[in-house]
Amino acid sequence: MTLQSALQIALTLLIGALISIPVGRYLARVVTERKTFLDPVCDRIDNLIYVLVGKRVCSEAMSWKAYTLHMLTTNLFMAVIVYLVLVFQDHLPLNPLHFAGVEPVLAFNTAVSFITNTDWQAYGGETTLSILSQMAAITFPMFTSAATGFVIAMAFIRAFTVKSGGADIGNFYRDLIRFTTRVLVPLAFVLAILLIQQGEPQTLDATVTARTIQGAEQTIALGPVGSFETIKHLGTNGGGFFNANAAHPYENPTPITNVVQALLMIILPASIVLCFGEMIGNRRQGWVLYGVMGALLLVFLPITIASEQAGTPTLVNAGIETTPTLVQPGGNMEGKEVRFGIAQSGLFATVTTSFTTGSADSMHDSFTPLGALALFVGMMLQCIFGGKGVGFLAALSYGIIAVFVAGLMVGRTPEFLGKKIEKAEIILVSLVLLIHPLVILAPTGWSVVAPYGLASMANAGPHGYSEVLYAFSSSAANNGSAFAGLNANTPWYNWATAFVILIGRYPPIIFMMGVAGSIARKPFTPATTATLRTDTATFGLFWFATILIVGALTFFPALVLGPVAEFFAMKSGQVF
Amino acid sequence: MFDILSGAARVSLVLFVLCGFAYPLTVTALGQWLMPFQANGSLIRGEHGAVLGSQLIGQQWDDPQWFHGRPSATTDTDPKDATKTISAPYNAASSSGSNLGPTSQALEDRLVNDWKVLDDADPDATRNALPADMLTTSGSGLDPDISAANAALQAQRVAKIRGVPPERVAALVERHVAHRDLGVLGEPRVNVLQLNLAIAKEFPMK
Repeated sequence: MTLQSALQIALTLLIGALISIPVGRYLARVVTERKTFLDPVCDRIDNLIYVLVGKRVCSEAMSWKAYTLHMLTTNLFMAVIVYLVLVFQDHLPLNPLHFAGVEPVLAFNTAVSFITNTDWQAYGGETTLSILSQMAAITFPMFTSAATGFVIAMAFIRAFTVKSGGADIGNFYRDLIRFTTRVLVPLAFVLAILLIQQGEPQTLDATVTARTIQGAEQTIALGPVGSFETIKHLGTNGGGFFNANAAHPYENPTPITNVVQALLMIILPASIVLCFGEMIGNRRQGWVLYGVMGALLLVFLPITIASEQAGTPTLVNAGIETTPTLVQPGGNMEGKEVRFGIAQSGLFATVTTSFTTGSADSMHDSFTPLGALALFVGMMLQCIFGGKGVGFLAALSYGIIAVFVAGLMVGRTPEFLGKKIEKAEIILVSLVLLIHPLVILAPTGWSVVAPYGLASMANAGPHGYSEVLYAFSSSAANNGSAFAGLNANTPWYNWATAFVILIGRYPPIIFMMGVAGSIARKPFTPATTATLRTDTATFGLFWFATILIVGALTFFPALVLGPVAEFFAMKSGQVF
Repeated sequence: MFDILSGAARVSLVLFVLCGFAYPLTVTALGQWLMPFQANGSLIRGEHGAVLGSQLIGQQWDDPQWFHGRPSATTDTDPKDATKTISAPYNAASSSGSNLGPTSQALEDRLVNDWKVLDDADPDATRNALPADMLTTSGSGLDPDISAANAALQAQRVAKIRGVPPERVAALVERHVAHRDLGVLGEPRVNVLQLNLAIAKEFPMK
């Protein structure tokens, strides 16, 4: 890694870390309904929304079951709205290019994908969706899916703060609305203006036609991109307005927008961890988890950058300079933009997979084997900060396993944050940790033997297999980025990824809410000298090791067949 | 049960209106009012206001008198057969990268072939290893920039064809190098369309 790269990355991560501290405290104030500076405006808006939704339903205390049911039903309604807008876009206004209604299986896949914060896209935005669809069927669920993930995590944390053995873990609607109006909308709004200033279009026109100096005609797609990009990143959504996603100059015009958008992905998942510390009244605990996640990020990020900067034998043999100089970027520039070079591309790719966003400012399919390996790891562990709320829950499920194992090792009753961890919780958490590999590995295995699975691969050899493994890792982690050479718009991949997305999203949430319900009922045990403390560096190290060991045991064989095999093939000069 | 259905339906509709319409439309109104140039795609206009292109979107240049952008992997629907696609570089209505992996035979063939084409046209250019962006396709297929080394290399050819001393073209290229944002972020780069507009103005073809 060059000094220049290291400087850019260190600067970005430092800013991200510094912002997450005040934002984490602000989030805690919003969730625990303490005063915030936006109250004078937001209280009025919220009260109006409470009236529209129903005052009673917005104020009743909910058990974990009621909370989960309201969440699931709301998600279902939203998915239906998104589906209908997509399928009937040809009958709706703001369709200047007269696109046909989206084909039903693709619309189902897209509705599922966006409602779950995945944003897997089996279509190219500018060639498929009307301007209305981009706003009402895509921008809309980008807010609500992020808010859903967040409120679930908050409800889970509340289970640990209920001291009297009550069953109340908050009100779903109140949480959802407050997070939307006090966090997502104001932040998205202000930053959209900045992104437009940098060059992102914001118009209801779909195209403009240019006549070039050489006399050719160039039709340029545009649209309401600025408003789309902010919530896409802030909500760790990741779906692109255009097919090329954040590599498209209109989605990401300058290195400044690249850093801003990377920071937008980082801010909320990082702040949630500190918000957790605030809510349980133990900032140290928040920082320990923050350290675990940060350390994981720092292990894998340099691998991607170094590997991309090293380039490939194919490039060297073709007479291309892979060593960076002051006047050219060097490295593997296939699928990367000149303005971002290696450092900004590698940083964005690692952030988008670690914070499971799925936005891409370079084509991951063209990454070097080890560069891509780190991207796989982000999605497979899905707790290197992870997506909005769910990444945090995944990290806690590893934490609960760590507490349990550590408890067995030292012969003490496992306790986490003053609540006993017993059989019921361990069973549910184990299920959560098993579902993820199951929905990645089973359909990947099926796809590489079924002819309709193989037919979609764009690259031969181990890389073709990696395309499929990436598709299901991305779906299961609700990430949404792709090895985009894979032709995903086929019946098999549309159905399979949609179901993987659904199973990767809802059962783990339901099980974790079950854990929350069980934890909330337990009496609070005050810490004694015999308690295994979880807010220490020692436990942090143990937590870190648990994530790596469980993750490696689960996924290492699958990775050996893909990126690792490809790495050795590449080193021996083999092409496919 | 009724509570759940009614609450879920109502909150969905309220957020649908707020996030799907009110938010993007307000931002559009503000963007159009405050920053119409950017909000409409950063378009560059020639005489009589005709749109020449966008300063953010790359274009296909093949004539040797111009600086060329990077190769582009974008495609378009085959006019003869709608189920197939054909190569259509810098198709700004359908962005995409090549998605060729590091061990791809197709990538190797393309690079070797493009190197030969360049070597035939301009043997001086291929004497040293080429800048990393010169034969590789970008992520979007619409990259508006090339590296400073790439532009400097092409300056020789452009100067020869336009019959001007190479130092003067090189100096013009130098003036068009955009440095890293805020001195740190991203890479130094040259916007191809703006460079070509400048060269047409300063050193017109005789």
